[in-house]
Amino acid sequence: MVENKVNLTKKDRLSVAWRSTFLQGSWNYERMQNGGWVYAMIPAIKRLYTTKEDQAAALKRHLEFFNTHPYVASPILGVTLALEEEKANGVEVEDAAISGVKVGMMGPLAGVGDPVFWFTARPIIGALGASLAIAGNIMGPILFFVLWNVMRIAFQWYTQEFGYKAGSKITEDVSGGLLQKVTRGASMMGMFVLGALIERWVSIKFTPVVSRTPVQKGGYIEWDKLPSGGKGIQQALEQWNMGKGLSLTSTKVTTLQQNLDQLIPGLVALLLTFLCMWLLKKNVSPILIIIGIFVIGILGHVIGLL
Amino acid sequence: MSAISMILVVIVAFFAGMEGILDQFQFHQPLIACTLIGLVTGNLEAGIILGGSLQMIALGWANIGAAVAPDAALAAVASAIILVKGGQGVHGVNTAIAVAIPLAVAGLFLTMLVRTISVAIVHIMDREAEKANFKAIEMWQLIALFLQGLRIALPAALLLFIPSSVVQGFLESMPAWLTDGMTIGGGMVVAVGYAMVINMMATREVWPFFAIGFVLAAVSEFTLIALGTLGLAFALIYLNLEGNGGNGNNSKGGSNTGDPLGDILDDY
Repeated sequence: MVENKVNLTKKDRLSVAWRSTFLQGSWNYERMQNGGWVYAMIPAIKRLYTTKEDQAAALKRHLEFFNTHPYVASPILGVTLALEEEKANGVEVEDAAISGVKVGMMGPLAGVGDPVFWFTARPIIGALGASLAIAGNIMGPILFFVLWNVMRIAFQWYTQEFGYKAGSKITEDVSGGLLQKVTRGASMMGMFVLGALIERWVSIKFTPVVSRTPVQKGGYIEWDKLPSGGKGIQQALEQWNMGKGLSLTSTKVTTLQQNLDQLIPGLVALLLTFLCMWLLKKNVSPILIIIGIFVIGILGHVIGLL
Repeated sequence: MSAISMILVVIVAFFAGMEGILDQFQFHQPLIACTLIGLVTGNLEAGIILGGSLQMIALGWANIGAAVAPDAALAAVASAIILVKGGQGVHGVNTAIAVAIPLAVAGLFLTMLVRTISVAIVHIMDREAEKANFKAIEMWQLIALFLQGLRIALPAALLLFIPSSVVQGFLESMPAWLTDGMTIGGGMVVAVGYAMVINMMATREVWPFFAIGFVLAAVSEFTLIALGTLGLAFALIYLNLEGNGGNGNNSKGGSNTGDPLGDILDDY
């Protein structure tokens, strides 16, 4: 028994990790990630089982329904590798046990992966890159690509190794407190940044003029009294003092937007977001909302509101 | 556009299509896809700006389970091609974004189509598994992935074959009120993505963090990195304080290190 014990080499595990990149390649409505899962397991199955019957049984075992967040599949793969290794070495591991571990882990871990990666990490790194890119800075896309992939690859490899070493014991950790803490912490940070993003990046400007009040004499720059040429420009700029000094015109125009900004900057953006959330909760399709907003933008512009 | 540029655009589109389903390297995200198309067609700056603007809109688009979000890959690739063919450079960005949104919807149907075809593919895998035919399973996995690539590459190729003059004529025929209105709509549409994310994450516990973030963002000296750091710090402080409160006074030695209000409440 001992002499023909088969073990997965590091090369096998690296190969599985690389193939897990293609986990969702054959994503289908029937069994979702099953094709990608078996594709990732193939190097291990080849190593562990030698007879055609065992190989076929293992392949069929791993073509069952599987679906989780594509990155947290890595620790599940690690555990499954450990179980398959035991099974191949003659330990009594029921097929049902392997399926049970997969199904038992995929739900809770997807519950961690979605908020952490899709709703916190990608919006934050994406917004960081996008805010640079909008100014035409090539560092935006580069930063996004590098940060994301370094984080992703490191996560996938180390959690797969962790799962492989922990084996079936990991299932206790999944229900334990640490993962829950990570998820909650990510949600907190995510919500914080979302609040900031809404203030910064949802742009709504109401253009209607609320009031036109004449500025008192001495409160605005008297253009006709300035000396001509460069000296006049210099004096005008000094008097204007970056907006802190004299007014540029003899009447002060206040738009609706300026009034709103004095109250709470970004208030309308916030209300719009809440409206969208409410509509989404009412199961209105996001596509419909997006089209609706464009229609409102065009109509609002035509009637002079926006 | 030169033949080499066109081939490179189709290759970029192919990668965006594959990544649209894999979600690993993120080639399908507008920030990357638009930049790459800008790069291979010699419109780097316009591509980056388009990518950044579209990325802001697409931040919350994610495939969860069987639910499919609007297709960022097709939106990014097609709008970038239209931007390049329109020939307006940076000035065409807003119009390109407006065109991208309906394309993101159209992309949904293509995604669903390929995901349905993949059902048949995994049934073929089942049959090959009976025979322990590793090679065939691997091949079909890659064929399914290839189809996902074609899902974006084919529409991209079609768009490339529409003469530039047609695209330019179409863009120029759009009146100013329409393009300006779309620009305004584009500024607001970002909210939808954020709303999707908030709906997924919000619990009673995390709303205060949202409020703090919203208020602090008005301080324009804070960059996004600074705000992210603040958010992380607040989350860590919260979790640590909570941990100390839970462990009470047993492990920390003196009770004066913990949360004073919590201690008072415990004694009470």
